[in-house]
Amino acid sequence: MDVLFGNLSEYLTRFGGTIGLFVLSAIASLILGVILAAMRVSPVPAMRAVGTGYVTLLRNTPLTLVLFFFALGFTKLFFYLPFFLLAVIGLSLYTAAFVCEVVRGGISTVPAGQSEAARALGLGFSQTLSLVVLPQAVRSVMPPLTSVQIALLKNTTVAAGFSVFEAGGFYRAVNEQGGSTLVALLWVAVGFIILVIPLTVLQRRLEKRWSVAR
Amino acid sequence: MSAPTAVLFDVPGPRAKARNTVAGVVTLVFVAALVGVIIWRLAATGQLDARAWEWILYENVQLALLDGLVNTLRAFASGAVLALVLGALLALGRLSDHRWLRTLSSWFVELFRAVPLVVLMFLFYYGLPSVGITVSTYAAVVLGLTLYNGAVLAEVFRAGVLAVPRGQSEAAYALGLRKSGVMRFVLLPQAVRSMLPAIVSQLVVLLKDSALGFLITYPELLFQAQFLGSNATLGSPLIPVAMVVAVIYIALCLLLSWLASWLEARSRRNPAVLTVAPTERADAT
Repeated sequence: MDVLFGNLSEYLTRFGGTIGLFVLSAIASLILGVILAAMRVSPVPAMRAVGTGYVTLLRNTPLTLVLFFFALGFTKLFFYLPFFLLAVIGLSLYTAAFVCEVVRGGISTVPAGQSEAARALGLGFSQTLSLVVLPQAVRSVMPPLTSVQIALLKNTTVAAGFSVFEAGGFYRAVNEQGGSTLVALLWVAVGFIILVIPLTVLQRRLEKRWSVAR
Repeated sequence: MSAPTAVLFDVPGPRAKARNTVAGVVTLVFVAALVGVIIWRLAATGQLDARAWEWILYENVQLALLDGLVNTLRAFASGAVLALVLGALLALGRLSDHRWLRTLSSWFVELFRAVPLVVLMFLFYYGLPSVGITVSTYAAVVLGLTLYNGAVLAEVFRAGVLAVPRGQSEAAYALGLRKSGVMRFVLLPQAVRSMLPAIVSQLVVLLKDSALGFLITYPELLFQAQFLGSNATLGSPLIPVAMVVAVIYIALCLLLSWLASWLEARSRRNPAVLTVAPTERADAT
């Protein structure tokens, strides 16, 4: 308990960092993921190929490798950016591939009659997708999307291996003051359990409430 | 491309065709520009010079990379075997008739799915020494991979067993098999068969996660990349080495992913294999 309460402000600041990283990456990955999913179902072959290539590549790349590049390679090649931003970019690019697959899966759960009706009304591809299909896909997409975002929340700790601003780096701060590393890490684990469990509960509820329809 | 996606748009007429061509060209130009900028920056910072790639000729460097590859595969192989065993045991626990065993297994699964794998590895490698237990980086990586993926695989196995029609186990009981016999001879074989693609997908995740060993200095491929890349006598070729390592990692994962999709295609063709809705599968992230 001493390890926690002696370093409470440190602990909370670091979990604040984790949450900041999570929220920014979650928003960016959702936007990019939906765009990629739209590309993968679009009538333009080049867009489909690019979307498929991106998803195949990123899904088969270890996140550690992505962040390795952003932590150690990016500044060498391009220009200086603070690591927090680089971590957001890396996590978003990685997670977007998974978001894309989930959204694409959701699109295919919407009955074909819906988009056929939309087309019969004279709607184009982007209108069919954004006004008719995607709003209905949300229902089946939400539960798996929540698990992707839970994975993202846990993946923010990988960024801690390269830098020290977030929760995963808490043990180092404790260790410098001579505290027990084990206890510090256990508290980090507890913090994550506290963050993940509400999301899991939310996911189960959404699944139960929304899976009835159709 | 599955059928429903083609439903989203009409067969393009002349104007739509022209518009699609323009959109296609714009996409390709954008991608080409992106690749171009990366190559330009690589060239401008001297990453494509002969000097930066000299290391690839040295035998010691090649051996170091091979060593990294062997370490990656070693962690993957032991992690995969142990995770499959743990997953099967936990699934049996969650399906048990004994309430205490069910509760215990559920808690175990929930716990290790909620704790980030990096934190687990840190716990074993940096945390345990403060209570007097020292573990090697290899043990910490394998233990972490086993616990996390075992918990995820348990859910996969369980979903597979639950998806076997009730008539199967009823028939087996009627034949006089015991609980263990029903599980071993009737339920598990069918569950494993229908869940094989999901299991292999989870092994891809395990392979990807073995790269996390880098963060606790387990000498796998990325660690070797950083080690060689910071070697001043080789000209600090961090980015060239990282590029080679990236290709190796991605190739390994792609091979395993293809195996998963091949298995899936095969089982879809075979009517004897149960089809399980994708939502019942674990998230492969």
